Amino acid sequence: MNKTAAKKNQQTAASIELHNAKERLTRKERLVIFWRKNWLGYAFLAPFLILFTIFVVAPVVVAIGTSFTNYNMMQPATWAGFSNYRNLLLNDDVFMIALSNTMMFAVIVGPVGYLLSFFAAWVINQLKFKRAFALAFYAPSICSSVAMTSVWMVIFSSDRSGYLNNILLNLGLIDEPILWNTDPTYIMGVVMFISLWMSMGTGFLVFLAGLQNVSRDYYEAAAVDGVHSKLQELFYITLPMMKPQLLFGAINAITTSFGVFDIAVSVAGMPSPNYSAHTIVAHLYDYAFIRFQMGYASAIAVVLFLITYTLGRIVMRLLSTKDE
Amino acid sequence: MVLKIRWFRGQWLHITFARVVLYVVMIIMVCFTALPLVYLVNTAFKPLDELYLYPPTFFVKNPTVQNFGDLLTSLSSSSVPFTRYIFNSVVVTTCIVICTVIVSAMGSYALVKLKPPGGEFIFNLVLMALMFSAHVTKIPSYMVVNGLGLINTYAALILPNIAVAYNIFLMKQFMEQYPNELIEAARIDGAGEFRIFIQMIMPALKPATATLVVFSFVNNWNDYFSPLIYVTSQTMKTLPLALQTISSGGTSRAGATAAGAFIMTVPTVIIFTIMQGQVMETMTYSGIKG
Repeated sequence: MNKTAAKKNQQTAASIELHNAKERLTRKERLVIFWRKNWLGYAFLAPFLILFTIFVVAPVVVAIGTSFTNYNMMQPATWAGFSNYRNLLLNDDVFMIALSNTMMFAVIVGPVGYLLSFFAAWVINQLKFKRAFALAFYAPSICSSVAMTSVWMVIFSSDRSGYLNNILLNLGLIDEPILWNTDPTYIMGVVMFISLWMSMGTGFLVFLAGLQNVSRDYYEAAAVDGVHSKLQELFYITLPMMKPQLLFGAINAITTSFGVFDIAVSVAGMPSPNYSAHTIVAHLYDYAFIRFQMGYASAIAVVLFLITYTLGRIVMRLLSTKDE
Repeated sequence: MVLKIRWFRGQWLHITFARVVLYVVMIIMVCFTALPLVYLVNTAFKPLDELYLYPPTFFVKNPTVQNFGDLLTSLSSSSVPFTRYIFNSVVVTTCIVICTVIVSAMGSYALVKLKPPGGEFIFNLVLMALMFSAHVTKIPSYMVVNGLGLINTYAALILPNIAVAYNIFLMKQFMEQYPNELIEAARIDGAGEFRIFIQMIMPALKPATATLVVFSFVNNWNDYFSPLIYVTSQTMKTLPLALQTISSGGTSRAGATAAGAFIMTVPTVIIFTIMQGQVMETMTYSGIKG
C-alpha cells in the first residue's frame, strides 16, 4: 500500500512537473506570440514615446521630485521637505505679486479672448469671404509675439510722438504723455491688450471649423420645431453640437493665459518696474535660469501645473460629452 | 429695410440692414486685428526721414529697402551677422517640422490602428499633457539637455520640441477617420505595415500633415523660451532673441526693428495662407470628447 501511494505520489509529481513545463513553454510562446503581434505597434510608437517620455513625462515627475529638494546644478541635491512650498506660499512677496498678476491676466484675457474668438468665428461663418476674414483674424496669432510687441510698442511709445499719446494729446484728453511701458499702473493693461489681440488664434480656428461641421439638417429640423432666431439656434443647436471644440478651445485658453511671459517681458523688461508685469512663468524663469535654484523653481512649476490641471479638469467636467 | 440689387446671372442680392451692420462691425474688428500688420509692413519700408516724422504717419510715401540693409549691418558690430540668426531659425524650425510630422503620424498610426497594449494609457498621458503649459517641463528638460551635453547645439533646440502632445492628438483625431476596411484589404493583399503606412496612410493624412506643418512651424519659428534657456552663445541664437536685442536698442533702431519683424512675420503668413483650406479641414476633428 505504501508502495502504491509512493508510486502515485511520484506520478503526480511528474505530472505536475510536466504541467509546469508545459506552462513555461506556453508562457514563453505567449510572449513570442504577443511580441509578434505587437512589435510593429511599439516600433511605430517608439520614436514618439521615447521623446515624449524624456522631454514631457519624465520632466513632470522630476519637477515634482526636485521641488522637495535644494538643488543648484553644481552640488548634489539635498532633501528640503516642504520648505520650498512653505517659502513660496508664505514668505515670497514677489511670488504673490506674480500670482496675482497672472490670475488677473488669466481671469480677464482667458474668458474675453475665448468669447471674442467664438463670437468672431460665429459671425464669420455666416458671412461671405470666409477665408479672407479668417486669415485677417488669425494672422496676429501666427506672428511672433516679440515682433508684434515691437510694433505695438511704437503705438504705445512713452514719448509725445507715440501714436496713442499723440492722439490723446491732440484730443486734449491728457496733458503729459503717458508712460505706457514704465508706469506700473499701465503696464499690465498694455500686456493684456496686446495678448488679447494675439490670442484669437487656435481657439478661433477650431471654433470656425466646428461651426462649419454642424450639419444644416439640424437647423432645418429645429426650424420645424419652432426655432427661428439666430440666438435660439446658437444656444439650442450650435453650442451643444460644438462641445468638443469648445472644450479644446477652453483648455487651450487656460494653458496659454497662465503661461503668459514673453509679451510681458517684451513690454516691460525683466524685472519689470515694481514687478508690475511679473508673472508666474517670469518668476520660474528668474529662479531657474538666473539664480539656478532648481528646487525652488520646480516648486513654482508644480504650483503652475496644479492650477492649470485643476482648471482643465473642471472645464472637462463642464463640457464633457463622453456619456452622450 | 431690404435693398435689392440685381446681381450677375439675373440673381437678386438681398441686402438687409442687419447684414450691413454685421459687415461693418466685422470690418472694424478686422481693422483692429490687421492694422498693426499693415502698419508693420509700411514701417519696414519707410525711409529714415519718414520714420521720425512728427506727427507720425501711418502709410509709407517713398518706400525703400534701406531698413533691411540697416538690419543686416546693425548687428555686425557684435560679430554675428543677422543672416546667421535667420539661418539658425530656418535650420531648427525645418528639422522640428519634419521630425514632428513623421513621429506624430507614426505614433498615431500605432495608437489608432495597431493598438498595442498600453496605447490607451499613453494616450491618456497625452491628454493630460495638453492641460499644462510647456513651461512646467522646462527645468527638468534643461537638466536633461545639460546632462547630455547639448547646450548650445541645434539638437538642444530641436529634440525637446518634437514630441508635442498637441501634434499627436491632432493626428490621432484625423487618423480615426481612416477606414479600417482599407487597411484590412491591403493586408490581405500582402502589403506590409510600412508600405501601408507610407503608400496609403500618409497621403490620406495630407490635411492633418499640412496643419501640423503650419502649427509647428509657427510655434517654433516664434519660440522664445527654448533658445533663451538652451543657448548661451550668440552664434546659436534664433530670430526672436535677435529681434528682441535689436528692438531693445530703442527708437534709433526703429527701422531695423520693423524690418526684422517683417522678416519674422512673412514666412508664417505665407505658409498659413497656402495651407489654410487643409488646416480648416483638420481642425474639424480637433475637439476633445472629454
